[in-house]
Amino acid sequence: MKLFNLRGGVHPEGRKDLSADIPVRVLPLPKLLFVPLQQHIGAPATPVVNVGDHVLKGQLIAAAQGTVSSAIHAPTSGVIVGLGDHAAPHPSGLPVPTITLESDGNDAWITTETVTDPFALSAEDIAARVAAAGIVGLGGATFPAALKLNLSRNSGVQTLIMNGGECEPYLTCDDRIMRERALEIVEGIRLIALAVAAKEVLVGIEDNKPEAIAAMQSAVKGSEVKVVAMPSMYPMGSEKQIIQVLTGKEIPAGGRPADIGVLVHNVATAFAVQQAIRYSRPLLSRIVTVSGGAIKAACNVEALVGTPVQELIDFAGGYSQPAARLVLGGPMMGQQFSNTNVPVVKGTSGVLALTSQEIGQAEASPCIRCSTCVRACPVGLLPLEMAAHIRISNLAGAVTLGLKDCISCGSCSYVCPAHIPLVHYFNYAKGDLATQERAKLKQEATKKLAEARNERIARIERERAEAAAKRKAARAAKEAAAAAAKAEVV
Amino acid sequence: MIAALTSLTILGVVLGLILGVAARVFRVEGNKLAEEVLGILPGSQCGQCGFPGCAGAAQALAEGRAPVTLCPPGGRAVVLALAAKLGKDADMADVKESVPMIAEVKEEICIGCTRCFKVCPTDAIMGAAQQIHSVFREACTACGKCEEVCPTESIKLQPIPVTLQSWYWHKPLATGSAA
Repeated sequence: MKLFNLRGGVHPEGRKDLSADIPVRVLPLPKLLFVPLQQHIGAPATPVVNVGDHVLKGQLIAAAQGTVSSAIHAPTSGVIVGLGDHAAPHPSGLPVPTITLESDGNDAWITTETVTDPFALSAEDIAARVAAAGIVGLGGATFPAALKLNLSRNSGVQTLIMNGGECEPYLTCDDRIMRERALEIVEGIRLIALAVAAKEVLVGIEDNKPEAIAAMQSAVKGSEVKVVAMPSMYPMGSEKQIIQVLTGKEIPAGGRPADIGVLVHNVATAFAVQQAIRYSRPLLSRIVTVSGGAIKAACNVEALVGTPVQELIDFAGGYSQPAARLVLGGPMMGQQFSNTNVPVVKGTSGVLALTSQEIGQAEASPCIRCSTCVRACPVGLLPLEMAAHIRISNLAGAVTLGLKDCISCGSCSYVCPAHIPLVHYFNYAKGDLATQERAKLKQEATKKLAEARNERIARIERERAEAAAKRKAARAAKEAAAAAAKAEVV
Repeated sequence: MIAALTSLTILGVVLGLILGVAARVFRVEGNKLAEEVLGILPGSQCGQCGFPGCAGAAQALAEGRAPVTLCPPGGRAVVLALAAKLGKDADMADVKESVPMIAEVKEEICIGCTRCFKVCPTDAIMGAAQQIHSVFREACTACGKCEEVCPTESIKLQPIPVTLQSWYWHKPLATGSAA
């Protein structure tokens, strides 16, 4: 199959050999699980259990709220011991609403039904079951999967792309799941293809994972699914970039893959879909890579959602040397964190403990306008110019240069010889712009509220005046009648 | 009696008609610019700018008697919009947007007097007599009117708590002339 060229991109050292060849092990059941109500893009889920309730593994504990949201299920059986705040797996470490579950050690499932022929289900039914299972995109964006299926079915999908790129260094969780669970993944892929009526199904895998390619190739035999080996390059696993390489089409600025008839899902999401459709098992666990130079025995573990990150680090033998930085996700786009009591969530692909040599942090020096970042940018932007605008607080200028199309992949920061934190500038600017946008919306809402109040007050006043006038008229008529009667008598 | 009523009614109607027609014919054209500026302002009539309501402030802005940074609840967005409309430079140094605030009720000392929700320009307070009042975060503009009328100092402006949705990375510290 003909592949298309990717603009820009970088070649960071993979370091996947640390964990790639060790089979996935299941993490022992933790005593306490912290399940945040928001593990997806959109509105947080609403709890449907109370403190003291006993729940079974797979039982719904928080229901989706609104259109863009996702359900959350009990990762194991046990007692709900808290509905409160717990530190979020996020750089801010802010407390977020969380359900705390104390496991009873039985890991007892709710009764689940097995569907013998999932391919007899209708497209709507598949999407509904995916929604009920609380499946979100496991590649890291955590967009509710069912919503993506419904939107794509309505807009019409030509090509379904399954993303097995895993271009982030260190991470091998998708590599391992493709090697070990290829048959289930392929069934999940075919179910997704059925749900969106895709005409072409491609699985894109970077060529640094030959075992995964081989496993997937033997699993897709006899089906319409095609496995494609792609050159290894960062950010190959980004949605826009994988589409560009496999189809040669580029998503227009501000657009979505559906605009050009493409749907992208992660391979791990396909596995979750297969489990949900065939065995009615909701998404309760995921494979997480525990790696980095400071970890004693890097590996991949299957961890329940809500497991404190510290348990994963302990399972991997703890630290071999002091970690200079802890990261959730990959080293290029992941989130740094400091509190190891934060839970694994649906979007946690990796837990990395990096040494100071690995992060290679250096003091930023002035920009020499070498334009290395321009060549590295996979979107075709001018990172040096955008950063210069943001530095002097001219965010509007950065937006004109295409800030909103930046995918925050970090390629520019990675190659910058002056160590300028370019992507940090862009993330700051995007956050600031979002705040301004929210302020503007609030302004409009305020205006409406103030107008509504003024109108209401005017109406109440008018009604009062009318009622008073009525009473007055009635009284006048009564007096007139009395006077007339009196006159008659006289 | 009836004669008196009729004559007064007719008098009222005729005079009213004359006044109505006069208002139409001799209508004084308002300042167009002031009306447009009024459209930009929040319209909550909080009076924090020192003018009697948003209309007064708009008038002053249109005549150039007030700086574009006069509106605290409007924040940066309104300053930028006003500067663009009036062709002035927005001096952000004057914008006190250090911490966005919000009204919060201290429930232990709220006596349910209903004074605060009567003055709230955006209906952001819910309550009834003898009941603890509460603030709708999304609707509060931190105009501070409630704080002034509260007899027990139970309602106070507090900084808006940072959430996961509103948190973002700080601006990188410029080292030397980096970037």
